[in-house]
Amino acid sequence: MSEAGVDVQSVSFGYGATRVLEDVSLTVRKGEFFAFLGPSGSGKTTLLRLIAGFGQPERGRIMIGGRDATRLAPWDRNVGLVFQSYALWPHMTVGENVAFGLEQRRVGRAERDRRVRAALDLVGLAHLIDRRPAQLSGGQQQRVAIARTLAIEPEVLLLDEPLSNLDAGLRAGVRAELVELQRRLGLTTILVTHDQEEANAAADRMAVLNEGRVLQVGAPTELYDHPANRFVAGFLGTANMLEGELAADGFHAGGLVLPVAEGAAPGRATLALRPQAITLLREGGAIQARVLRAEFLGGHVRYTLEAGEGLRLVAEEPHLRGLAPLAAGAAIGMALDPAQATLLRQ
Amino acid sequence: MSATTGAAPARPFLARFRTEASPIQVVAALLVAAFLLAFLIIPVGRVFVVAFQAGDGGFTLVHFADFFRTSLFIESFWNSLYVASMSVVFASLIAVPLAVILARYRFPGTALITTLGVLPLVMPPFVGAVAMQLVFGRNGTVNLLLMDWFGFRLDLMEGLNGVIFVQSLHYFPFILMNLTASLSNVDISMEEAGQNLGAKNFTLLRRIVLPLALPGYLAGASLVFVKVFDDLATPLLLNVTNMLAPQAYLRVTSVGLGDPMGYVISVILVVVSVAAMGLAALLLRGRDYATQQRGGGGLGRRELTRRGLILCWCFVVPVLFLVLAPHFGILLLSLATIWSFSPLPDAFTLQHYGTVLQETPQFITNTLLYCGLAGLIDVVIGVTIAWLVLRTKLPGRKLLDMAAMSALAVPGLVLGIGILRTYFDVKLWDGASLATSWIMLTIVLAVRRLPYALRASTAALQQVHRSLEEAAENMGAGKVTTLRRIVVPLMAGGLAAAFVTSFATAAVELSATLVLATRDVDAPLSYGIYIYMQSAAGRGPGAALGVIAVLVVAICTFAAHRFAERERSRRTRSSDPRAE
Repeated sequence: MSEAGVDVQSVSFGYGATRVLEDVSLTVRKGEFFAFLGPSGSGKTTLLRLIAGFGQPERGRIMIGGRDATRLAPWDRNVGLVFQSYALWPHMTVGENVAFGLEQRRVGRAERDRRVRAALDLVGLAHLIDRRPAQLSGGQQQRVAIARTLAIEPEVLLLDEPLSNLDAGLRAGVRAELVELQRRLGLTTILVTHDQEEANAAADRMAVLNEGRVLQVGAPTELYDHPANRFVAGFLGTANMLEGELAADGFHAGGLVLPVAEGAAPGRATLALRPQAITLLREGGAIQARVLRAEFLGGHVRYTLEAGEGLRLVAEEPHLRGLAPLAAGAAIGMALDPAQATLLRQ
Repeated sequence: MSATTGAAPARPFLARFRTEASPIQVVAALLVAAFLLAFLIIPVGRVFVVAFQAGDGGFTLVHFADFFRTSLFIESFWNSLYVASMSVVFASLIAVPLAVILARYRFPGTALITTLGVLPLVMPPFVGAVAMQLVFGRNGTVNLLLMDWFGFRLDLMEGLNGVIFVQSLHYFPFILMNLTASLSNVDISMEEAGQNLGAKNFTLLRRIVLPLALPGYLAGASLVFVKVFDDLATPLLLNVTNMLAPQAYLRVTSVGLGDPMGYVISVILVVVSVAAMGLAALLLRGRDYATQQRGGGGLGRRELTRRGLILCWCFVVPVLFLVLAPHFGILLLSLATIWSFSPLPDAFTLQHYGTVLQETPQFITNTLLYCGLAGLIDVVIGVTIAWLVLRTKLPGRKLLDMAAMSALAVPGLVLGIGILRTYFDVKLWDGASLATSWIMLTIVLAVRRLPYALRASTAALQQVHRSLEEAAENMGAGKVTTLRRIVVPLMAGGLAAAFVTSFATAAVELSATLVLATRDVDAPLSYGIYIYMQSAAGRGPGAALGVIAVLVVAICTFAAHRFAERERSRRTRSSDPRAE
C-alpha cells in the first residue's frame, strides 16, 4: 500500500449533544483524488474542516503526511482549503489574496511575486492580478481561490463543494480542469460533494458518508457495482431494493423466486438490482410482468413494472429508433442476470 | 500552553479548554467586565442600595413610603407618565403618516421626508427647547403674530405642554425610522395577496400593512416613551420642575448627596423604563414578520391620486415648518442683538460667536477631547465584546453583552448620581474628587454611548464572514495576524461609523453631565449651553454654542451615514459575483 496522505483514525466529533461524526476512519493515499460523498448533514464538510484544523475531534487522530496533526492549529498545518464560498478577501486584489499565504511563510519578495504569478498562470488568470474579487465572475473567483491555495504548495488540497456555486453549464468544464490540474501536480486532494456524478467523474476513490459514519470506501465503479449496504446502493444511482428470504432455490420475494449467485448462506436479505440489470423480453422470459408506467428519457426508456404478488420493479431498456415504448398495461417477460444483483444482509 | 503531539489521557480536556478560552480572551473579558462593573453596575447598584437603606444600614421601604406620601412627588410621577405618553401620541401623529407615505407611495417629496427624519436628531432637545420658546412661546413669534392678526394665542409652550411639544418634535424620527424599516421589510406579495382578495386603500392599510408593521412601531414608540420619561435637560431648560427627573436632580444638588429621595426617584425612573421596554418586548414576541424579498422590484410603491398628492403636501409642509422652527429659532437667537416681545430680532450681530470663542473656548475643546476619548473607548470595548460574543466560546460572554446593553435602560441622571455617590470620596492627586473630574465625565459618556458602539461593532463583525478568517488561518496566519490583516480592515467602515455616532451623541449629552460637571473650566459644550441659557444676557452666546453643537452633530451624522453607505455599496458589490 502506498504512503498515506491523510489518515483519519477513529475520529468522533459533536456539537454538544448533537453527534456529527462517529468513529470515522479512512485513509487517503498520497497523490490520489479522493471524495467525501454524502447527503447534507452526513458530516462530510465537518470531517474536511477537522482535517484543516477548524475544530478538534473529541476522540481519534488525524495524521497528515505521516505526522499527527490532531492538535495542530489551522495555521500550522500546510493544508490548503478551498472554501465553498471561496472566501476571497474583498479588500485585497487578486494578487494580494494569492500572496497572503506566502507572506505568512516569510517568502522573500522576488520569490513571492514569482509564485503568485505561477499560481495564477496555472489557473489562467495572471492578467487579472490587479482586480478586486468583486470585479470577477463566479468561475474566475473560484479559480483565484484555488490559486491562492496552490501558491502555498500545500501537502493536501481540500475542496469544499467547489462547484456548487457555479452555473450548471460551467460545472462539467471546471470539474475536468480541476481533475487535470490535480493529475499534473500529483497533489493529494479531497473533494467534498453531495453530487454522485461529480464524485464519480473526479475521484480515484471515495468514501460514502451518512449520519456521521463512513459506510463504504472504494473506487467509484466498485461502490456502484458492489454496494455494501442499502444506503450506498440507493445513493449511488437507482436500485430496486427487494426484501425477501434467501433459500437454496433462489431469492424469494413478492411471490417470485429470483436467481442469485451460488454460495450465499440462507436467511433474510435484501436484493439490490440496478434497472439496467433487468433484461426485458418481448417474448418468453422466466418471469412475467405487467407495465405500470413508461417514461421516455431519450437514451433509454424507464419502465415501472409489476410482477408476482404486487412486487414493483424499475427497469431500463436502451431506446433505438423505430422501437415504440411499451404501453401501460402491456405484458412483458423479464430475465435477471444473477451476476448483476447484490445481496445485502442488513 | 504548548500544543504538541502526544497522547496523554488529559489531552482532550486540556485541548478543549485551550480552544474555548485562550489567555488573551480571558484577560480581555476580565478587563471589560471590570470596566462595566466599576462604572455601570456598581454605581447603579449603589443607587438601588441607598434607596432601600435605613439610617442604620438595614433594609427599609420608608423612603418609598415617604415618596408616595409627598404630593409634589406623586404629581411629578403622574406628570412624567403623562408627558411621556402624550409625547408618544403626538410623535406618532407626525411619524405614522410620514412613514406610510415614504414606504408605500410614489411621492415626489421623498427626499424631503427623509431629511425631515434626520433634522430633529441633529439638534439636542434642550437646545431646541429655548428656541421653541422664542418661536412658539407666550411672547414668541407665532403668538405675537396671532395676537396682532386674530387676537388670540396658543399656549403651546406653557408648562407640561411645552415639554410634550418639544419632545415629540425631537423624538418622532425614532418612530419614523423604525416604522419605515419595518414597512419596507414586509414583502409586497403580502399586500398583493390582500389586494387579490379584494382589499384596497384604507382597508388594506388597516388590515394588512399596519399589523405587519406593528413591531417597528412598538420598537420606536417604546424608545420615545423611555427617552422622554428619563429626560432631565429639556424640562429643566423649560423651567418645568414638577416632573420626576428634575425632582431627583434638584434633591441631589440642593438637599445633598445624603438625601434618599434622589435615589428613590432614580429607582422609579429605572423601573418604569425597564418595564416599558419589557412590555414592548413582550408585545413584540413572536411577531417578527420581516420577510425575505423575493424577486419583484423591492418596495411596491403605489401611485398617488391627485387628491392624495395634495393631502400629502398639506401634511408634509406644516411638519417641515414645525421641524425647522427650532433650527431657525436658535440660528436667529445666536445672531440677534435683542429679541424680546417681537416676532423677529431687532438687529443682527456676530458678537455672540466671538464671545463664545474668546471667553469660553474650553467648552468646545473639552467636548472634542472628552467625546473623542469616549468614542475611542466605546469602539475598543464594543469590538472586544463583539469579538468575544461572535468568535469565541468563552463562558459568560453573552452576559458581558447584556451588561453593556443595559446602559440603555439607565437614565444619564441615574448613572450620574450613582457615580457621584460611589466615587465622591475618592480623591485625585490634586485633592479634587474623582467623581467630578473630567476623567470620570469621559468614562460616563463612554458608558452611556457604549450600546450604540457595541451594536455597530457587532453588525460590522457579522458582515465579515467567518470563512474569510478561516481562509487566512488556513494560509498560515495566526489569530493576531488574521485580526490585523483581515478582520479590522473589513470592519473599518463600521467602526468609523460607530466612533462618529458615539462621538456625536456624547457631544450633546446633558443629563449625566449636569450632575457631574462642577467647574466651568472642565465642562463640555452641552453644559456650557445650559449655563449660558440660565440668564437672559447669556442666551445669545448660548445659542451660538448651540449652533456649533448642531453643526458638529450634523457633520458627524453625515459622515457616519457616508461610512455606512460606502460599506453597504461595497458589500452589495462583493456579494454579486457577476458584477462588471
